[in-house]
Amino acid sequence: MSLNHYLVLSGILFSLGLFGVFWGRKTIINVLMAIELMLLAVNLNFVAFSVHLTDLVGQVFTMFVLTVAAAEAAIGLAILVVYNRNRNSIAVEDISVMRG
Amino acid sequence: MTYNTYIVAVFAPLLGFLIVGSVGNLAGKRISGIVSVVLMAFSTLSAWHIFLDVIRGELVSHLVTLCPWIHVGNFKVDWQLYFDPLTATMVTVVTTVSFLVHLYSLGYMNHDKAVPRFMAYLSLFTFTMLMLVTSGNLIQLFFGWEGVGLASYLLIGFWHHKESANAAAMKAFIVNRVGDVGLALGIAALYLTFKTVDIGTILSQLDTSVSLTFMVFGHEFNRLEVIGILLFIGAMGKSAQLGLHTWLPDAMEGPTPVSALIHAATMVTAGVFLVARLSPLYELAPYARSVIIVIGASTALFAGTIALMQNDIKRVIAYSTCSQLGYMFFAAGLSAYNIAIFHLVTHAFFKALLFLGSGAVIHALSDEQDMRCMGGIWRAIPATYAMMWIGSLALAGIPFFAGFYSKDAILTAAWFGEGLPAKYAYLLGIGAAFLTALYSWRLLIMTFNGKTRADEKVLGHLHEPGATMLIPLLVLSVGAVFAGFLGEGFFTQEAFWKSAIAFRESSTEHVPLLIHYLPLIAAVIGICLAYFFYFYRTNLPALAAEKFKAIYRFLLNKWYVDELYQFCFVGPSQKMGAFFWQKGDGDIIDGYGPNGIADKVMKASNRVSRAQSGYVYHYALCFLVGFALLVAWVFFR
Repeated sequence: MSLNHYLVLSGILFSLGLFGVFWGRKTIINVLMAIELMLLAVNLNFVAFSVHLTDLVGQVFTMFVLTVAAAEAAIGLAILVVYNRNRNSIAVEDISVMRG
Repeated sequence: MTYNTYIVAVFAPLLGFLIVGSVGNLAGKRISGIVSVVLMAFSTLSAWHIFLDVIRGELVSHLVTLCPWIHVGNFKVDWQLYFDPLTATMVTVVTTVSFLVHLYSLGYMNHDKAVPRFMAYLSLFTFTMLMLVTSGNLIQLFFGWEGVGLASYLLIGFWHHKESANAAAMKAFIVNRVGDVGLALGIAALYLTFKTVDIGTILSQLDTSVSLTFMVFGHEFNRLEVIGILLFIGAMGKSAQLGLHTWLPDAMEGPTPVSALIHAATMVTAGVFLVARLSPLYELAPYARSVIIVIGASTALFAGTIALMQNDIKRVIAYSTCSQLGYMFFAAGLSAYNIAIFHLVTHAFFKALLFLGSGAVIHALSDEQDMRCMGGIWRAIPATYAMMWIGSLALAGIPFFAGFYSKDAILTAAWFGEGLPAKYAYLLGIGAAFLTALYSWRLLIMTFNGKTRADEKVLGHLHEPGATMLIPLLVLSVGAVFAGFLGEGFFTQEAFWKSAIAFRESSTEHVPLLIHYLPLIAAVIGICLAYFFYFYRTNLPALAAEKFKAIYRFLLNKWYVDELYQFCFVGPSQKMGAFFWQKGDGDIIDGYGPNGIADKVMKASNRVSRAQSGYVYHYALCFLVGFALLVAWVFFR
């Protein structure tokens, strides 16, 4: 398995995440999951290059990204819970308070 | 000593204005009234002191320069007080009537809320009027001229909660502006000709400019004639002569003391004063004098016909004032300047008396001004009735009353005058004398005699005026009786005037007996006719009005002059104003200027703000596209 396989896989995952953000938009949770997917694709890239270049920095960085992603998911979900309480909806279509 | 007298006579009213105007509201109406009356009393005493000097022949002419005002290159104007027999006479009349009106106002305005403001305006008016008459130069005269206009405006609109009072105040101001254009042009022309605005210097240099001319609308005219007519236009505006008279009857919206002081005795005579002051100039401008004669005589008759049909007691007297001013003007036009001033003095007394008397009637009848709602009240207010009789007798020119001497002198001057204008003036003057008696007695009878037409409630309040109102009436009625008799001794003598005016010796030729008595006969016929129509056959006026409907309507509507002006000037200028306001200012300047730009900005920002949809994925997409473009640019540049 060469580096290319990993990169293609992570590219596919990233693209899926991207499309998920734009088209799979029923609720905010979908969007959050899609973003998570994109982060994981990036992590896969880091790890693949780390092995390929025999440099541990990439893997260390992956750990940081995972940590931050976990925190971000926690905060995001917390906001969602509160938002749902206030508005009784987390559908993306309904969230447009900032419209000019 | 005299110097101080001059200062007190002129500046005491200013002091009164400043004190009462600034702290009057704090001091209360009683104290501010007393302060202004006392200061006016000082001024009046000083004025009489000066006048006695004139009578004794001690004062020929005296110019006091107070302080410099405008010094630009060769153009020099100072604040000056100039006293000679003419200005001293004017100062005496102005301060005396003003003092009496101040006193009268204490009683008349007692129920008003803004007494201090009223007293302050009265004092301001008196000061500016004194500035006008004592001026040694034309610029200060113009200052006084505009000052009295301002005070008149403020006092006509004194009851500013009344729509009609505001309209009348504006009308007075605007109509006067028309005349002031003439005055300002006249002053400018005088400066152009003589390179000075000092009246004394101008009058002494008149000979040098007799042959000078002006080009007016492509024709050459004698300079002095043009100047004379321009100044007369200014005088016409201030003195409500035919054409520019429309503001005076409307000015009756002001409180009655104001009408007595400003619109009968003093301010409206400023035009006559101006002509008399510049009499040497008018002596060299015979055509200008002819114009004055014709306008004056026409006004005398014209205003008399309107006064016949008016129902508002003050309006009748206002038109009467207009008519009497016409007399003064044609006397001045006939070179009888001394007689014009004589009539000015007697008129000031009896017309102020009539106005203050009518004020007492209005006061007694709870502010009723319509003569159709009066009548039959003479038993209740006999003193006022007697005063009004004296005033009317003086106005109609009944022997031994003031008006007799001056009006007789004017008509005699017209009889001896040369040329067609003088004949015209004589005929119209006699006609006006007849009308004067007719409308005066119509007023008396409708107001005091017959069956009362006032309602019970008003009659219950009926009362004689208090002492503060009665004393001025008494003093004025003494003036109305004796001013002519006493004044004849001075005002017809050159020894009194010295060099103050251009004096023309009145003809010593014998007057035919009929001509001598004609004014009196006309007046007596007028009185009898008034009694016949309004006392014995009270149904006749209505019948006559029915029969001569066209004439009646014509006179009732004041010759349709207001309607004519509305059609010719006011309407078009309002339309023009509306056009420039709505189309010019509204549509073009605002449309393309502030509002247009604001509108464009609003539209643009509306379009831009539509991009801000509020949907997160829209932003994310923009984010992505933007990032992609940035990357593309970094790689492929």
